[in-house]
Amino acid sequence: MALDAVKLVIPEAELELAGMPAMEIRGMTVSYGDKPAVFSVDTVVHAGSMTAIIGPNGAGKSTLLKAALGILPRVSGQVSVFGMPLEKAKAKIAYVPQRASIDWDFPTRVIDVVIMGLYRKLGLLGRIKEQHTTDAKAALERVGMTEFADRQIGQLSGGQQQRVFLARALAQDAELYLLDEPFAGVDAATERAIISVLKTLQAEGKTVVAVHHDLATVTHYFDHVLMLNTRNIADGPVATTFTAEALQDTYGGRLATAQVEQLQLPVA
Amino acid sequence: MESIGLGTEFVTFSLTPILIGVLAAVACALPGNFLILRKQALIGDAISHVVLPGIVVAFLITGQVTTWPMMIGAAGASLVAVGLITLIRRLGRIEAGAAMGVTFTTLFALGVLLLEQSDTSAVHLDVEHALYGNLESLIWFSGVSWASLADPAALADLPPELVRMAAVAAAITALIILFWRPLKISTFDESFARTLGMNVGLLDLGIITLAAIAAVAAFDAVGSIIVIAMFICPPAAARLMTNRLECQVWWSVLFAALSAVGGYVLAGYGPGWFGSDMSVSAAGMIATLSGLILGVACLFAPHRLRVGASAVA
Repeated sequence: MALDAVKLVIPEAELELAGMPAMEIRGMTVSYGDKPAVFSVDTVVHAGSMTAIIGPNGAGKSTLLKAALGILPRVSGQVSVFGMPLEKAKAKIAYVPQRASIDWDFPTRVIDVVIMGLYRKLGLLGRIKEQHTTDAKAALERVGMTEFADRQIGQLSGGQQQRVFLARALAQDAELYLLDEPFAGVDAATERAIISVLKTLQAEGKTVVAVHHDLATVTHYFDHVLMLNTRNIADGPVATTFTAEALQDTYGGRLATAQVEQLQLPVA
Repeated sequence: MESIGLGTEFVTFSLTPILIGVLAAVACALPGNFLILRKQALIGDAISHVVLPGIVVAFLITGQVTTWPMMIGAAGASLVAVGLITLIRRLGRIEAGAAMGVTFTTLFALGVLLLEQSDTSAVHLDVEHALYGNLESLIWFSGVSWASLADPAALADLPPELVRMAAVAAAITALIILFWRPLKISTFDESFARTLGMNVGLLDLGIITLAAIAAVAAFDAVGSIIVIAMFICPPAAARLMTNRLECQVWWSVLFAALSAVGGYVLAGYGPGWFGSDMSVSAAGMIATLSGLILGVACLFAPHRLRVGASAVA
């Protein structure tokens, strides 16, 4: 009897997780001073998707991400993560901030940064055991940074720094990965390494959301897109949403027709 | 008797001031590490200056110069200062350094005015006291020899400043050990810390409060000059010695202690070595020595080249 009950509970919980959107944002407004940076955005991030947030500079992409995570205060709006309020779901989230937001002169080594990703497991005073170091090194291995473990973080190139941040997120062992411009200012090798790790995550059933700038790679890297310009202009599968018309709406005519043509978009 | 000898005279006149100096220096240097990394080094400066109006107001209210009213006044003034700094930053939309500069100079000036207007002639309360402290006067009368360290009656007569400073240094050390990981993570990457569910605002307030407690406890014994120097010089020199925060904190403690011991000895005995029977201010010498250590670290420390330094192995 007891065993049957257990058997019933586990699949149901998993089923519930699978059916839930990874993240649901309702009526999100964020403002700096009087000017709204993000206005009344509703959107859903599908579980298991790889979603790009695109839009022109100042469109509120990073702001939306930060406000959704409670890093920035929001004027209004609700966020749920796998059907739970944000506060209860933080253990399921790994966030990779913009590289430029960090003081890389901070006195710490690559391996120490990755171990920061284990904070939830370690707590305030938990000792760093061999298993933790092994996990951190495995995360570094996945991003190809093993040999830099003992390097001070300021002595890395931009691409290497970005990979260290990704390794920290991997160490968190989350369900939902949110990355703010992971490809900004990185070399081609790093971009390939990062996208390969992200695709692996997706294959493992995780959900990936990234603020993205390079329109040319949207269709290659992502399967869902949120096109943002203060408001949600369009969102959904890349195949049906990422259209020339939606792009012009999002970028407000700032894209030359030739540029859009080069993207070889699906016709709406 | 040899003046530098470590006999009776040393125990009575120098042991407790040196210990108080070391404890005060370490208590300030510990939170200083985080203040510098958070680009808030000036907050130590601000707090140690606003202590003056705090103690003057406490004196005006209570009419006496006793420890607790002064400590409470100083703590209250630090809170007012931190609040004002935040307010000026928000309303004036100016950078933190400028807000701190405006706040602490104004409040310090207010303290000087209040002091001049009030009748403090009968009590020992003046600007110099607030700046230099009275380290040399913290004598252990019952400490007649090293054996006094084992004599309960003599120990009970230790200057209260020593007991207080030891308690504060111990509390600050314990809190920094306890909250080491959140402090480190939130100092390095605030956004990431928030996504881990850390209360970043509270940690921010916490480290400033630790600095305020250190400053308030230390100013009475050693004065503001040491407090300001110890918040900045030992941690800044320590940063140049290592690329790991854990090691940096140890180095800062070592440099703080070295400044306190070396500065006291140099101030008390140094002039004698040159045939002078004068002595110089211990507080001034301790602060100067910490600055010298920073200078030497800038020139010779192993990790002084960082940003812009080559990324070659």
